[in-house]
Amino acid sequence: MRAGNLQLDSQGRLKHFLGIEGLSRELLAEILDNAERFAPVGDRAVKKVPLLRGKTVANLFFEPSTRTRTTFDLAAKRLSADVLNLNIEASSAKKGESLTDTLRNLEAMQCDMFVVRHQTSGAAEFIARQVAPHISVINGGDGRHEHPTQAMLDVFTIRRLKQRFTHLKVAIVGDVAHSRVARSEIHALRILGVPDIRVVGPKTLIPPRIEDMGVSVHHTLEEGIAGADVVIMLRLQQERMQSALLPSAHEYFREYGLTAARLKRAAKDAIVMHPGPINRGVEIDSAVADGVQSVILQQVTYGIAVRMAVMSMVMATQSLTFGNGQGSTDVD
Amino acid sequence: MKPEVDIDNLIDELAINLRRMIEAEELLNPALVGIKTGGVWVAERLRTLLRIEEPLGELNIAFYRDDFSRVGIHPTVEPSHLPFEVDNRDLVLVDDILYTGRTVRAAMNELFDYGRPRAVKLVVLFDRGGRELPIQADLVGAHLKLGIREHAKLTGPDHLALELHRTRG
Repeated sequence: MRAGNLQLDSQGRLKHFLGIEGLSRELLAEILDNAERFAPVGDRAVKKVPLLRGKTVANLFFEPSTRTRTTFDLAAKRLSADVLNLNIEASSAKKGESLTDTLRNLEAMQCDMFVVRHQTSGAAEFIARQVAPHISVINGGDGRHEHPTQAMLDVFTIRRLKQRFTHLKVAIVGDVAHSRVARSEIHALRILGVPDIRVVGPKTLIPPRIEDMGVSVHHTLEEGIAGADVVIMLRLQQERMQSALLPSAHEYFREYGLTAARLKRAAKDAIVMHPGPINRGVEIDSAVADGVQSVILQQVTYGIAVRMAVMSMVMATQSLTFGNGQGSTDVD
Repeated sequence: MKPEVDIDNLIDELAINLRRMIEAEELLNPALVGIKTGGVWVAERLRTLLRIEEPLGELNIAFYRDDFSRVGIHPTVEPSHLPFEVDNRDLVLVDDILYTGRTVRAAMNELFDYGRPRAVKLVVLFDRGGRELPIQADLVGAHLKLGIREHAKLTGPDHLALELHRTRG
C-alpha cells in the first residue's frame, strides 16, 4: 500500500500525513525545521500561537492511546485550534453506526482535520479517501502499517542530540514484526540518510525479508547494539507472550532487556529511546530508562512540536487550496 | 533602483533620539526587540551605539500573521528568542519599515504571550505610510513617500541598504 501521492497535493505540499514511505528527504527536513520553530513555544509564559485559530481538529481514536492522543490534543491546542476527542470504540461503533456515517457527521460539524488511530493497517488512508477534499487526515498509528508522527519525533530527537544523520549507527530492538513504529522509523532513517540501521530481536519477532528495507538483522542484543549511536527500544506487547511467540517476560528480559551493563556495548555517548509506554524489567531496565543516556521524556516533549509542525503544514496546504485569497500580501 | 539614503547616518541619528526618549520617559533598563529580519539588524546597531547591556530580543512573527489563510506558513527558519524576563519590562520594538501596521500588531500580540511588559515603544528606520491599522511609531528615522505600487526593502546584514522596486498592475 503506497500512500505517497495521496498525501501530497499537485504542488507537492503535504495535505495528509499517512505514512513516511515514499516521502522525500526535503519534505521530512521541512517537517523537522518547522518543529524546531515550534519547540520554543512550550517554554513560554503563554504556550500558544494563534496559527490554527478557528480550525477544528477531531481526534478519532479507534484504539486506546494515552501519549499519542494527549500530545496531538496539546499540539492542536497550542496552535489555538479547537479539539474534539472521540473514543470511537466507546461510542458510535458500539451502537452500530458505520465508519462512513461517523465521518459524514464529523464533516457536518465542520471539522477541518482528523487525527486517526486504528487497529487496522490502512485505516487512515481509507479515511483520507472518504473525507471531503478540504479535510486533512493525520495517521496516529494504523495496525502494523505506520505511525509517522512517532517516527518524525524520533528523528527530531536524534537530530537535536546527534546533529547529523549521515554518520549514525541506529539499532531498533524488540518486537519489530508487530511494530508500526519500527516500520515508520526505518523509512524515516533511510530517507534521511542513516547509513547503518539494525533491527535486533528473536527470530519470531523479526519479519521475514526485512533486509529488503535496507537494514541488517541481529539476533543477539550485544551484537546488535555494538557501537550504536542510537538505541531504540520497542515496547513488548503483553499479548505476544500469551501467543506462542515468546516464552516469558523474564526470559525475554534475560535475552533482550537493555541493562546498564549491555548498554556499555553501544557508543559511549549513545542515546536510548523508547516510544512508550515502557515495560520496566521487560524490554528495558529501570536504571537505563531513568539513566543519563535515556532521552525518553525528551521524546514526549518534542512530540508536541513535531505534531504542531505537521498539523500546521497540512492546514497551510488546505488554506492555499481553499483559502480566501491568492498569492502573497505585502510585507511591511 | 537604489535611492540616496545614508543608512548609517540615519541609524546614528535614531540612536541619539532613542537615548533622549529613554531619558525623557525614564525607561528603566529597556531591552530592544527587533522584528525579523530587517528590524533585528537595525536593533543590533542601536544596541551597540547605545551600549545597552540587555541582550537583544528577536521576534519572528510568522505564527502571528493575519494572512495564514492566504499564504500559509512563511518559510523562515529562526524562531523568536527573548532572552530576558518580559514581565514588567520596558521594551523598545524595532522594525526596519513601517507600512500597513500588521507586522507591529502581530509583534505586540506575540510579545504579550511572553509576559506583560510595563511599556512598549516602537522605533522604525523608515515610515512609508499606507497604514491599515491605528499604529504609529514613537521614533522614525526617515519618512518615505512611496506610491501604492512601490515597495521598499532593507537589505543586509553587513551593509544595510534600502532597495526600492515597483510592481506593475
